[in-house]
Amino acid sequence: MTAITAPAVPLRQRLLRPNALWLAAPGIAFLAVFFLYPVLRLLALSVQDPASGALSVATYARIANTDVYLQVLGITFKIAGNTALFSVLLGYPLAYWLAELKAGLRERMVLLVMVPFWTSYLVKTFAWMVVLGRTGVINSMLTGSGLASEPLPLAYNEFGVMVGMVHAMVPLAVLTMLPVMIGIDRRLIQAAQVLGAAPAQSFWLVYFKLSLPGVTAGGLLVFISSLGFFIVPALLGGRRETMLAQLIITQVQELLNWAFAGALAAMMLVAALVTCWVYDRLFGLSSLSGDTSAQGGGTGRLRLLGLVILRAVAKASAVLSDAARRVIGVRGARRLLPIYCTLALVYLVLPTLLVIPIGFTSSQFLEFPPPGYSLQWFETYFSSPVWLSATLRSFGVAAATAICATLIGGLAALALARSDTRWGGLIFATFLAPLIVPRIIIAVGLFYLFAQIGLVATDLGLVIGHTVLALPFTFVTITAILKNYDWRLDQAAAVLGANRLRTLLLITVPLVKGGLVAAFLFAFITSFDELTIAIFISGGIKTTLPKQMWDDMILQLNPTLAAVSVVVFVIVTVLLLVAERFRRTT
Amino acid sequence: MTTAAKNGVTAPKLIIEGLSKQYGAVTALEPIYLTVPTGEFLTLLGPSGSGKTTLLQMICGLAEPSSGRILIDGRDQTQTPVHQRDIGLVFQHYALFPHLTVAENIEFPLRMRALSATEIKQRVKNVLTMVQLDHLAARFPRELSGGQQQRVALARSFVYQPSIILMDEPLGALDKKLREHMQIEIKQLHRETGATIIYVTHDQEEALALSDRICLMNLARIEQLGSPHEIYARPATAFAADFIGISNIFRGQVDTSNGEARISTPHGKFRLPTGASLSGTEAAIVIRPEQISLGGDKENTVVGRVIDAVYAGSETRLIVDLDEGETVIVRLPPGHPAPAYGERAALGWNPDAAVLVP
Repeated sequence: MTAITAPAVPLRQRLLRPNALWLAAPGIAFLAVFFLYPVLRLLALSVQDPASGALSVATYARIANTDVYLQVLGITFKIAGNTALFSVLLGYPLAYWLAELKAGLRERMVLLVMVPFWTSYLVKTFAWMVVLGRTGVINSMLTGSGLASEPLPLAYNEFGVMVGMVHAMVPLAVLTMLPVMIGIDRRLIQAAQVLGAAPAQSFWLVYFKLSLPGVTAGGLLVFISSLGFFIVPALLGGRRETMLAQLIITQVQELLNWAFAGALAAMMLVAALVTCWVYDRLFGLSSLSGDTSAQGGGTGRLRLLGLVILRAVAKASAVLSDAARRVIGVRGARRLLPIYCTLALVYLVLPTLLVIPIGFTSSQFLEFPPPGYSLQWFETYFSSPVWLSATLRSFGVAAATAICATLIGGLAALALARSDTRWGGLIFATFLAPLIVPRIIIAVGLFYLFAQIGLVATDLGLVIGHTVLALPFTFVTITAILKNYDWRLDQAAAVLGANRLRTLLLITVPLVKGGLVAAFLFAFITSFDELTIAIFISGGIKTTLPKQMWDDMILQLNPTLAAVSVVVFVIVTVLLLVAERFRRTT
Repeated sequence: MTTAAKNGVTAPKLIIEGLSKQYGAVTALEPIYLTVPTGEFLTLLGPSGSGKTTLLQMICGLAEPSSGRILIDGRDQTQTPVHQRDIGLVFQHYALFPHLTVAENIEFPLRMRALSATEIKQRVKNVLTMVQLDHLAARFPRELSGGQQQRVALARSFVYQPSIILMDEPLGALDKKLREHMQIEIKQLHRETGATIIYVTHDQEEALALSDRICLMNLARIEQLGSPHEIYARPATAFAADFIGISNIFRGQVDTSNGEARISTPHGKFRLPTGASLSGTEAAIVIRPEQISLGGDKENTVVGRVIDAVYAGSETRLIVDLDEGETVIVRLPPGHPAPAYGERAALGWNPDAAVLVP
């Protein structure tokens, strides 16, 4: 009863008094101008006649009448769908295994998923190009050992794209499913077994059922992220794996066809929103944040059908696992999961690690294993004015982005934590939206806006764009920290004579410092290896490190790229580990 | 009786005029009036939801009143922001700043008041001596035991000599033994500093042990205000009688028709205490367990069966089920022979030992 409740204030005072909610104003204004407006403007462009500005559906008619575009649309959905499916399938056992570990060990093992999650897409894709290429790691091992007479076509086709996409997305699927699985009460499984369920049955009928919100949320996030992907299909795919985002880039960069780019972006956005809407109808968006409290499991017939299917699956797998146990023995069966998870982690981590020795190669080519070691490619990197200026620009932009995003996101998180407004859900969704809307759409929208106000090819433009993308990360990180914060300490400070500002600076900030540092570093990493916005905004000589890598990777693979990848990988990994350390100690 | 009276200071420290609090349609506190003299130890006692914490929060400014005024030392402080109100508050779970040492925690209010470094040092030293924590000044709160943390919280609220010190169930998190020990320490601090203290608790024994006066609250109202002895000996309502100490309560109708006031209950007609009067006819009489004797009284007697005898060292508590279906508790002095389980017993009391309540 002595819980300290927020004061209810008469309306007159409520309107006049400085409300904590105002702290969210800078962030909302920022997102309105640099996120909502550009995206909506881009969509509006798609239904405008470029010449007269009149309402027109000509661009959509052109898409509908051109086979190529419909094909690309189909390919995009297929690749995104398959990526979501495989990421969840491969990620589920890994997430299950991690959830079962003791908390301390789990925190360390999760880093093996966090590192590939935050590793630059460019570095990961570069690694796969080195591994899967005609003269790549796998092919040279196969032909060298005589297992294959000629190199297998592993890259520049659908297989290469799927390997790269799934590799890029499994961490996201695992990290989405994991909190839900950790939240499942283990005693329920024990209860099911005491009541007579075989292990396989208790898994399917209880554990799997309870983990479904995580599974669907993971699938949704992977699908939406994959819709806007272009790095992997552009570098690991052939012509037949061209995705929507690549088409948009071509339309904007080469043809300057804004209406058409807008229409393509609109289709991608609609696809993303429809997926979200269907998901919300079926499962509720709240389960995205790992909130399983509102689990009803759907209604009536759908729910019953689900249960029937689950029962059948449970029965079948109980029989299967019995058989398996008889063939490989109980101990063998028990080792299956750890063995699988080890392989999965190797798949996630190893390709990137292979790049490291290649960065130190003495050869002029990307060979593996390197014939000898030298620092020549690092010398090339560090003596190249182009690479150096790109690196420095990336550092500067990332630092500025991190400061802006931490400040704006932190204030918004504080606003939400300190006011029990009914707009809370909407504000939360607004700050998460840049994570849901495909980056390519934000990038093209910002490009159009910046072209009008002269921010293209400026560092300021880059910082603004990257801040939009980094805000969800800082906002979520700081919100999570503030959730566990004991606000009575602020009340104590006030009673002892500290005003709001001093309370914030002397009590609140020091106590959530770790979370702030973590948020800062996450924002830094987000900006440091951001490519999509950089492709459009950093023109000419004002290029960033990822943009420079991208340009080189499209033209010609060379060992300098390996050296650069090593540097980027090390920087990001170190920052990530530091960020995780700070986040956990708060 | 009060410290204030002993010191000869009678100026009111705190005056509360018609203070009330609404949360939407819920009334957390009806308009109340209360005057606290300087140096008094006043306890707000009541069950959960009785409004005592709401009142406390409004006095220190953490909650805003819906109506009414708060005067501290004669000045209206109703609109003063928390940090300028100069009030001390000891939180239920102490609310020590975990990133500051014991000394830094205690310094905090002094720094906020921009005292000189030497003054701060001196005051922290003094207050640490007062709570016997000199040796722990450099520790962090998490390195202290519950009782030590409690002392730091007390030191932090005494060090800047605020006009009033509020304590919100400060001993709630401690075990019984430590709680009793800390009660003595708080009482000592009160005597040494002469501070005006308003203390919230739901533990009636704590309230009886500590207070100059008790403000008994129930259902968002003040039920009774008085010294512990007054409330115990002359409860104003059945709730007050029931909440403070153990009471045997018989409800019934007051009947004054035969010239002599009596109350008729399901257990019989009992004579009322001399001089007792009441406006209505629905009433109850309250008899404390120590006022009841075995063997009955010539006028007021009830009969029942002993269902338990609880030996508690200094006394034996007899629990008797009346034939009409109510339970009476009797307190027997040590050494007094107690009837055995199942035996029938006649219980009686002197009419003047009972209290008539509405």
